[in-house]
Amino acid sequence: MSAFTAREPLLSVRDLTVGFKTDRGPITALDRISFDLGRGEVLGLIGESGSGKSVTMRALLRILPQKRTTISGSILMEGRDVLALKRRELASYRGNDVAMIFQEPSLAFDPVFTVGRQIAETVVRHKQCSWDAAYARALEMLELVRIPSAKSRLDNYPHEMSGGMRQRAMIALALACSPKLLLADEPTTALDATVQIQVILLLRELQKELGMATIFVTHDVGVAAEISDRVAVMYAGRIVEMGSAADVLKSPAHPYARGLLSSTIHGAMAGERVEAIPGMPPDLANMPSGCAFSPRCAMAMPECRNVIPAPASVGAGRSAACIRVGSVAA
Amino acid sequence: MPVYILKRVAYAVPVALAVSMICFLLVHLAPGDPLSLVLPADANQTTIDATKAKYGLDQPLPAQYFLWLTNVVSGDFGTSIATGRPVVSEIANALTYSLLLALIASVLGLVVGTLLGTVAGYWNGTAIDKIASAVAISGVSLPHYWLGIVLVVIFSVNLNWLPAMGAGESWSAERLKFMVLPAITLAAMPAGIITRSVRALVADTLGKEFVTALEARGLTQTQIFLHVVKNAAPTAIAVIGVQLGYLMAGSILVETVFSWPGTGLLLNTAILQRDIPLLQGTILVLALIFVALNLLVDIVQPMFDPRMKRG
Repeated sequence: MSAFTAREPLLSVRDLTVGFKTDRGPITALDRISFDLGRGEVLGLIGESGSGKSVTMRALLRILPQKRTTISGSILMEGRDVLALKRRELASYRGNDVAMIFQEPSLAFDPVFTVGRQIAETVVRHKQCSWDAAYARALEMLELVRIPSAKSRLDNYPHEMSGGMRQRAMIALALACSPKLLLADEPTTALDATVQIQVILLLRELQKELGMATIFVTHDVGVAAEISDRVAVMYAGRIVEMGSAADVLKSPAHPYARGLLSSTIHGAMAGERVEAIPGMPPDLANMPSGCAFSPRCAMAMPECRNVIPAPASVGAGRSAACIRVGSVAA
Repeated sequence: MPVYILKRVAYAVPVALAVSMICFLLVHLAPGDPLSLVLPADANQTTIDATKAKYGLDQPLPAQYFLWLTNVVSGDFGTSIATGRPVVSEIANALTYSLLLALIASVLGLVVGTLLGTVAGYWNGTAIDKIASAVAISGVSLPHYWLGIVLVVIFSVNLNWLPAMGAGESWSAERLKFMVLPAITLAAMPAGIITRSVRALVADTLGKEFVTALEARGLTQTQIFLHVVKNAAPTAIAVIGVQLGYLMAGSILVETVFSWPGTGLLLNTAILQRDIPLLQGTILVLALIFVALNLLVDIVQPMFDPRMKRG
């Protein structure tokens, strides 16, 4: 195991490739994903459904269905190779070093245990403390995520809470062991619009206060802009553009990123027509040759069908995977 | 919780009443004259009428039912037409034998069914699962009486290890030997059904998102197993409760094959002899045991799943 120094990134992902066996044959859900994440940094992962955002998150925790999944590449967390961890080491890594907030809190909580018990159980597991201390920690966490009358809420079952409160409790659970990396997998998708904003503001505040690195998955560009230092845009299992949130969202280089931005309400001005990207995302079992976006791309050239473009630098800390990069950026 | 239990008990009362009515009607709707067995074939009309009046059979059906019900509630199930002994003592005696046999068979069916089911569910799709499922299907499909007879042929006739029939002379450890074969025969079907249900439940629970979430929290396999068990328990208990109810009532064939002097054998005799008071009493007691088991299941389930208290 290599010695970890402060200058190295917290998380370093190289050529992460995830394949699934399906009834219709093998598919590649993630194709050579590479990125780094510094301590305390917030990375926004944007893309349509099926672009591989959730698969990336689950691969980082290795919670993809074992029998049907093949993973290659490398995931280094503080210099440790996550893909090489033994079952025991993996269990200590999950929930302790890296914790995850799931999309649907109503499905991610065990329905037959109280919320307090589920938080305390995780704390006891990783911090080897007494149950009393763990419940005290659970109470502290519920207060931190601003659940009113937190003490009595400890004894609530998940179904006794509202959707927004359940997601707050899920955040409390994820942060209870002070993870160095927080994975938030579309944490507000299942919530009402008004509650969504509250939860996002809460997450942003907690991130600033506690300083853990965060990967925030969303298909909402506005949310990504609100919370991220850097963003990565995914399409059909590949990262097509990555860079600082300000740069990418202001002047996207990749044609898909441009399309995605102009197709959101946030991107368009009042009275302006919202532009949709023509066509549909590709079927992962039947990928087009070359650039996966080329069949939908207004700027595609014949050559786009022949090569899968590698990420190329487009300025400081920015990259885009398009052979027309440079000529595209306005 | 106490309010919930009281509610469940209150719901059980009308069910028990309906059950008693069905018991009564079924017996009376069946063809055949109960008196034909008691009286000589050449009995004159006066004797027939007198006997009818003695057993209350001259009254209209609703009156008969009402009379029978009031008697039953006060603990009087009437007198057996065939033996002349009170039905209550006949049932009580047989029930001791049946309950004991059912208890042993239940424990056997429960342990085997839950174990096989859990193992098959956890290793869903593997060779272990296939073997467990094959055993379960055999248990469900083999007819009781056939399995009983085969066991007798193997273990009593050929190997001479265990007695083939009867219940022995007295209540002693010796009696256990007489119970082995009937208990195994009786346990086969519930064991099979419980295996299949528990297997499906465990496999289903393991596929839920929250199990992935538990893994993502770094819980150990043992801790996750406890979560799965607590989630699968309420439905498993419901299946098990019903199976044990069947086990109490469904032992007619098994008790007949092994001449085990329980309620099944008693029921068999009562049917063959058209002993109406005995028949009614036995069916009612068995049905009430079924109702009581279901009540127990209703009360136990919310202890595992708090969401059930609302229904």
